[in-house]
Amino acid sequence: MHIQFLYFEECPSHEAGLQRLRDALAQEGISAPIEVIKVETDEQAAALRFTGSPTILINGADIVPISQDAYFRLTCRTYRLEDGRFAPLPSNEMIRTALQNARAKP
Amino acid sequence: MIPLAIGANAAPFSLIGVDDQMHSLADHADKAALVIIFSCNHCPYVRAWEDRMIALQADYATRGVQFLVVSANDPAKYPDDDFPAMKQRAAEKGFNFPYLFDETQAIARAYGATRTPEVFVFDANRTLRYHGAIDDNHENPTSVTRHYLREALDAVLSGTQPAITQTPPVGCTIKWRS
Repeated sequence: MHIQFLYFEECPSHEAGLQRLRDALAQEGISAPIEVIKVETDEQAAALRFTGSPTILINGADIVPISQDAYFRLTCRTYRLEDGRFAPLPSNEMIRTALQNARAKP
Repeated sequence: MIPLAIGANAAPFSLIGVDDQMHSLADHADKAALVIIFSCNHCPYVRAWEDRMIALQADYATRGVQFLVVSANDPAKYPDDDFPAMKQRAAEKGFNFPYLFDETQAIARAYGATRTPEVFVFDANRTLRYHGAIDDNHENPTSVTRHYLREALDAVLSGTQPAITQTPPVGCTIKWRS
């Protein structure tokens, strides 16, 4: 499994986000390394289809699919949690579900 | 950027609001306290705290507290923070405070704001009494242990100094024009 963690340093959530990803991997028993990518320019954001920090890709796929009209830019990313609240990080459950789905794919 | 110091006077401004009217500090000269919050549309920290901002304004309106919420982000790079989008957000959320557009970013610079949301609480003399975050838990309102803004307002309204006058603002950086 190829796991990437993309972040923008000015957004304060990235360290907590990376720890949440590590926790989810441990809970799922996945030992794959995390490729951590620091996004520093608008051009890099566009090239990486980075809509905000943090973004987690599993085998190249965003754990929360982005909309067609999403902006690629240096900012914090908004996640909609299971209970409808907005948050700067995906929940542990969202990450674990994405990991389970990736593992289930042939 | 250095934020306005505790004890400093509010920097005057006149900004257009989503009601297409100009808003200034002088419009609220009769208020016992003014809360100026630098904010925006797109930031997840703002969205996490937004309902609490509305609830706080509702709770304190009858006690002479007025919130003025200011967006200074560069709409050229962040179109979801432009003025039409601000109007849309205010209508969707039913904002009970003026939502103002600092198009030149001069007011954000005058206050030394760097984050969204970032709170400045002024007393009746428009002296800064609190600067920082709304509370200590953006993620979960039920897990808040320190209600910084509420505690500061209670102190200001009772004529005392807030026990905590400064906390680090937690949120997105203000998106400056290049």
